[in-house]
Amino acid sequence: MKSTLLAGALLAFATATSAYAQAIKLADVAELSGGGATVGTNWKNGIDLAIEEINAKGGVLGRKLEVTHADSQSNPGVARAQVQKALDAEPYVLLGPGYSGSVKVTAPLAAEAGITQIMGGEAAELTQAGNKFLFRTSFGQQSSMPKVAKYIHDDMKAKSVAVVWVNNDFGRGGRDVVVKELDRLGSKVVADLSTEAGQADFAADVGKIKAANPDAVFVYLNEEESARILKELKRQGVTAPLMGETTLIGQKVIELAGDAANGARGHVGLTTDAPVDLIKGFRDRFSKKYNYVPDHNGLKGYLAVYMVKATTEKMGKVDSKAFADTLHGLTIKAADEPGILMDVTFDQNGDIDRQSFLVEVVEGKQVVKQVLPKVK
Amino acid sequence: MSNLFDLLVAGLATGAIYALVAVGFTLLWQTSQTINFAQGEFVMLPAFLMLAAMHVGAPLWLAIILGILLSMILLGLAFKLLLVDPMMRHGVLPLAIATMALAIGIKEAVKQFFSAEASPFPSIVPTGDISILGHAVSLQSIGVLVVAILAVVGLTTLLNRTSLGHQMQAAAQNPTVARIIGVPVERMILLTFLINAFLVALASLLITPIYLAKFSSGEVLGQAAFIAAIVGGFNQVRGAIAGGLLIGVLDNLAASYVSTQYRAAVPLIFLIVVILFRPQGLLGRAEERTL
Repeated sequence: MKSTLLAGALLAFATATSAYAQAIKLADVAELSGGGATVGTNWKNGIDLAIEEINAKGGVLGRKLEVTHADSQSNPGVARAQVQKALDAEPYVLLGPGYSGSVKVTAPLAAEAGITQIMGGEAAELTQAGNKFLFRTSFGQQSSMPKVAKYIHDDMKAKSVAVVWVNNDFGRGGRDVVVKELDRLGSKVVADLSTEAGQADFAADVGKIKAANPDAVFVYLNEEESARILKELKRQGVTAPLMGETTLIGQKVIELAGDAANGARGHVGLTTDAPVDLIKGFRDRFSKKYNYVPDHNGLKGYLAVYMVKATTEKMGKVDSKAFADTLHGLTIKAADEPGILMDVTFDQNGDIDRQSFLVEVVEGKQVVKQVLPKVK
Repeated sequence: MSNLFDLLVAGLATGAIYALVAVGFTLLWQTSQTINFAQGEFVMLPAFLMLAAMHVGAPLWLAIILGILLSMILLGLAFKLLLVDPMMRHGVLPLAIATMALAIGIKEAVKQFFSAEASPFPSIVPTGDISILGHAVSLQSIGVLVVAILAVVGLTTLLNRTSLGHQMQAAAQNPTVARIIGVPVERMILLTFLINAFLVALASLLITPIYLAKFSSGEVLGQAAFIAAIVGGFNQVRGAIAGGLLIGVLDNLAASYVSTQYRAAVPLIFLIVVILFRPQGLLGRAEERTL
């Protein structure tokens, strides 16, 4: 009796360890607390949902996916330490972080370890440093700004544009690309206004916009400052159409700016309001599991895991060294891999090409007005 | 030129709020030698008290009244009894440092119990424009100016035209003699703390719809009001008012005609110039204490 029990226990142990050995280990480092908690929590939940779905259907190449989550506390220093710790456990792929600043300091670690990093940062410079292991889940500024400039020139028919941007890496990166593109298309930048992060009073900036009397205003600030300038634009009666990015028409901005957000338009790479059936399905499953509607960071986390799945199946083997090479130049079609939600192509820098959306705020709600096609 | 007019109106509206806060600085300094470095946080907190009241279901008007009353209890009464009175015995500097600690405490508490993110705050003035001299001026700017002017006129009338005001003046100018002639000095000092709490709550009500309710929003305001009080003359209520308006206008003009990056520096440079050439402030008088 005793020996049977022992044999049973040994067998159970052996099965457990072999299943463990077979699981594909992913490591996630995200902003689970601190200022970026909303970003990181959405990202993490997106990852968990994708893994649950994939494992329920038998995993990747017959092996289950496993993920460990670590908290960067929205702090680049902590992110670096957590990524180092995660890399020491030799994961198949590293997921996160979401903040560009944290990506910037952790990307060299992953590259040195030869581990592919799929992240949420959007600053232009991230993929311009020649890192062969870094991939985006959303547009970098160099992909989104040309679409924005084209929309301002072609659809808004603006001959003169005022550009307001926040004076940090994010704002300067976006401003440089959009001004160059507007110039190339023939829309004149009549006011080029830099503002400070955390700025409270926009009366003078809006005064300058008013004086320049542009056909359109491009606003590229963080969420809170976007809300403040929207209120000030309304207060001073500026009627020129407003164009921005996700940060101008996000839910938080609408909540803060109230009426003043109505009519603002923005280019959005990913939105759960997109008129795409697969995205609607994702939104429903996510809302059912977590009891809230995800933002675009939830989509990014979800897509990151499906990028791992599609790339691994393309290789036909689990090979962390060959992973990045395979993903470069790869096009993943939603028809083949529904989890990727929309057709997507990765270039040699790890940048993304995908269709995107033009959203307008109508009576306090985001409404998708137009689907902008892939660039190539 | 229309740009200049807009800038002046916007600057005066912001400046009027700075003036309210700066007057509070002056009052506390005159009556109790308190330099309150938490004054900016005192402006930030009432908005959150009002938001909390609205959160539990109070309508806006009730939330405003509750917010102002709570501010007077917390930032007036409790501030004086629990922090100023015990620290005063140790001198002006320890008290000033204690108010710095209080500023950090208030900020962190709001961050902890409310949110680190900004929240919207309803405006008591409707949005819209009216035309003045052919310029569209926003009702919000005018509303802010009118409320601030009313508050300042009310305060100066109280101080100069009423017996209570005269007693407060006496308590500030010479507490010993005031006591001899029967002025309840302690009560007068408490009254200035309550008035300061009322003024900051009013400033909070006016500025938060524009700046949004955020734990850190007091930093800029506190600094601007402090500069305004020194520039105008720390020992004169009218100096604080003039200083506030001046800094508001200067800040807006600097942002427009110099650059946004250096806007914060211009009032500071102005402050240095004033301290070098007129240390008592533009309207202040040397070695004089009056309300």
